[in-house]
Amino acid sequence: MRSRAIASEAGPGIALAIRGLATTFAMSTGLVRAVDGIDLDVRAGEVLGLVGESGCGKSVTLRSLVRLVRPPGRIEGRAIWQGKDLLALPERELRDVRGKEIAMIFQEPMTALNPVLSIRQQIDENLKAHTGLGRAERTRRAIELLDLVGIPSAAERLDSYPHQFSGGMRQRVMIAIALASQPRLLLADEPTTALDVTIQDQILKLLLELRDRLGMSVILVTHDLGVVAQTCDRVAVMYAGQIMEVGPVVEVFRNPRHAYTLGLLGSMPGGGAIRQPLRSIEGAPPSLVDLPRGCPFAPRCTFVTDACRQRRPDLVQVAADHLSACVHHDQVAKAVS
Amino acid sequence: MKTTAGPPLLDVQGLAKTFPLHRPMLKVLLGAPRLTVHALNGVSFSVRRGETLGIVGESGCGKSTLARCLVRLIEPDGGSIRYDGADVRALTGAERRAFNRRVQLIFQDPYSSLNPRMTVRQTLSEALRVHRLCPPGEIAGRVAGLLDLVRLPQDSLDRYPHEFSGGQRQRIGIARALSVEPNCLIADELVSALDVSVQAQVINLLLELQERLELTVLFVAHDLRLVRHISHRVAVMYLGRIVELDRTERLFSAPSHPYTQALLGAAPELDPTRRRRTAAVRGELPSPVAIPPGCPFHPRCPYAFDACLRERPELHRSAGGGLAACHLVTMPQAAHAT
Amino acid sequence: MSAVLEARPAAVRLRGRISPTLAAGVLIIAASLMLAFVPGWFAPYDPLAFDYRALLQPPSLAHPFGTDNFGRDMLSRVIWAYRLDMQIALFGTLFPLLFGCLIGALVGYYGGWPDVLFGRVVDALITFPFLVLVIAIVAVLGPGLINMYIAVGVVGWVFYARLLRAEIRIQKQQDYAAAGKVMGYGDGRIILRHLLPNAITPVLVFWMTDMALVILLGSSLGYLGLGAQPPAAEWGVLIAEGKNFMTTGWWISIFPGFAIVLTGLGFSLVGDGIAELLRPQR
Repeated sequence: MRSRAIASEAGPGIALAIRGLATTFAMSTGLVRAVDGIDLDVRAGEVLGLVGESGCGKSVTLRSLVRLVRPPGRIEGRAIWQGKDLLALPERELRDVRGKEIAMIFQEPMTALNPVLSIRQQIDENLKAHTGLGRAERTRRAIELLDLVGIPSAAERLDSYPHQFSGGMRQRVMIAIALASQPRLLLADEPTTALDVTIQDQILKLLLELRDRLGMSVILVTHDLGVVAQTCDRVAVMYAGQIMEVGPVVEVFRNPRHAYTLGLLGSMPGGGAIRQPLRSIEGAPPSLVDLPRGCPFAPRCTFVTDACRQRRPDLVQVAADHLSACVHHDQVAKAVS
Repeated sequence: MKTTAGPPLLDVQGLAKTFPLHRPMLKVLLGAPRLTVHALNGVSFSVRRGETLGIVGESGCGKSTLARCLVRLIEPDGGSIRYDGADVRALTGAERRAFNRRVQLIFQDPYSSLNPRMTVRQTLSEALRVHRLCPPGEIAGRVAGLLDLVRLPQDSLDRYPHEFSGGQRQRIGIARALSVEPNCLIADELVSALDVSVQAQVINLLLELQERLELTVLFVAHDLRLVRHISHRVAVMYLGRIVELDRTERLFSAPSHPYTQALLGAAPELDPTRRRRTAAVRGELPSPVAIPPGCPFHPRCPYAFDACLRERPELHRSAGGGLAACHLVTMPQAAHAT
Repeated sequence: MSAVLEARPAAVRLRGRISPTLAAGVLIIAASLMLAFVPGWFAPYDPLAFDYRALLQPPSLAHPFGTDNFGRDMLSRVIWAYRLDMQIALFGTLFPLLFGCLIGALVGYYGGWPDVLFGRVVDALITFPFLVLVIAIVAVLGPGLINMYIAVGVVGWVFYARLLRAEIRIQKQQDYAAAGKVMGYGDGRIILRHLLPNAITPVLVFWMTDMALVILLGSSLGYLGLGAQPPAAEWGVLIAEGKNFMTTGWWISIFPGFAIVLTGLGFSLVGDGIAELLRPQR
């Protein structure tokens, strides 16, 4: 049993319960374990951050939830949403969920938006597929949505095309389309990574405001710990396709209980004296084909012992609502203080 | 490492650069006005020997154009660049080549900045050969030394760039720049394409190299935290101009220019207990094709008043001691928030 | 504090990526070259020798490819034709390759008005079908292989130039080219040492395909009497000689045709193999 600390069934207040999610790709070089068996709960109304460096599997996790992964990718495990397992639903029923109950926004708005369709047409597509609204009502709703996401002169801009908007505006449009049918869960895959700092700030604040207004849950995938600190309620740290640590943001940032999280926080400038060497993590992330047997972080870890290399550590409870998959989490706690 | 007193190593005055936008034939025939991108609109600053100057800004601010103008990869349209007293723009021939050895540029993209068909050995020894920096017999030794300097193993020599990770490739790029023994390094988004944990490794390397080799560094980046960590002074750019220039700690703790304040407010802080409810600044980034008249920041500035719409502010010494290009600095009595 | 850095496992090196495609192609071309250099070792008979006792013989043990209406052994004639046709492949492509690459690299790197001029030249030349243009020039200059080489040279370089220009322009945008300038390298070094090796692969592949095409061209002209002249052994000439005997002596035209197909296939395979071998790794 992978994580003793997470109940096998979803409790109350849990919007999405992910159990044993594993996504593998059969490549010529071997079997790539992009997501290597993760358990995670997404609570109703929260913003859950999924953070990690490139190749850790955070984006693949998101796409696996709504089965956007193509062969040679294989998804295993369960994702319980409203009592149904998303990963086992027949295609027709899944389509009802996608776009209506669960929506997704992406990093590059120019490739996520269809360049040859106007904004009106793209919002309409969603509304036609998931609601029974008539033409006039759809137009009204579209203008409402553009207003909601902060696009000025919404009514005039309804018939514009994506290329006529700036990057930040396009992101807002993408959010508007995603919210058209009032989803309960928003999957955001690095939505601000390609944006400038001041625009990123605007978009993140917008997401929080929308979450408050519409009462939806959000899974926010990012590599930027600052974004996590400013936007998320809870955070899950991923490495090599596995979850290393999960807990409330304030708790995890103040008292990290995994060697990787500690290293990550330490390698960010901002804490110590300036112009002093940063506390960097040696080495590089492992190849996902050739994962070592025990903890995937062992080769780079300063707390490593043989116990770490024997078997993959379970996610255990280390504090209230705080889980860690680190054998030496208590030593990490000492290193912080 | 203390920065030295005395005349600045690099002195830039009024640097300007525009790029014409390509117009389709039809537009030309219809007599549509020629569009130009105003990348640099009068940039002035100086850098002292041994100093690290951070240059920050968002898209369209011109920082990359500035970096390329300084090494003459792009020829500026106006203004002057003086390096060690000499007018850089007037250099030709041998003197220009000598200048290329004094000031080097390191690129952002680890995947395209190394020639994929040359081994590390070939890449690192090329400059030594071309510029005849040492007798041929010593080249191997010098190259080995360069690898040590950037902490790469000696067996890297006969490998090709694709066999290395992003962070390692950046190190090779640094080694290449160092092969000509420059005094001044310009790093254009050195670590932006790297993962956080790898960024730290490369930044540490840069700090170490700066100490050892007594380098002057211009660190162009959009990551404020990083710039704060390694710079002695910071210049903030917006739409082709420097809007604030100050000692690092002073700029970050008490910024004078409203854009700097907005930028610092918008940058996501690592402390989850300190959150802002609202966005730091409203509005979109204007395009460098259509720069607003007067102060370029006025459409988004919460303190804008009528002088801001008419007159472009120049850099003036602010109350705190740094330089800021804002009318509030020269006319503090006009301050009021909208 | 020294970093523990390991380069990623070395990607399979150049030598390990020779595919079956490339091997097959190389085999065919190597065999063709051997026949071209020393046809005397392989041809059982003198290709020009008449044998009145064996006119129009179908394929047999004595004459595996049969004989023509003069009693000449077809196998020997086809083998001897390799010499001429491989020559055509080489000489018909060498000048276009070299001159085309020179022009392509220069206009690709420097741009400006030479590039605009080049664009117009390309537009003008590709309006006409290649074969028609070559035939027109040969018609003016007179039949013969030399004139064919001239015609192909005048027209064919444009394709190489266009291809290389596009590749050079792409490579020029890469940071390593800018890095070369910042390191103080001259234009010549940047073009030859940096851009060219990265831009040349599509050109080399095209060259292989072009060789196959030029053989076809040479054979077409030979068939029309505008290229190699009889009694020279050249596949197109051989096919032409057999065209009046399609029912009584089908073997006269068919076997040279096979040779064209086989050799063309060989070049194509080599081209594909090179593309695979030199594919840039990330």
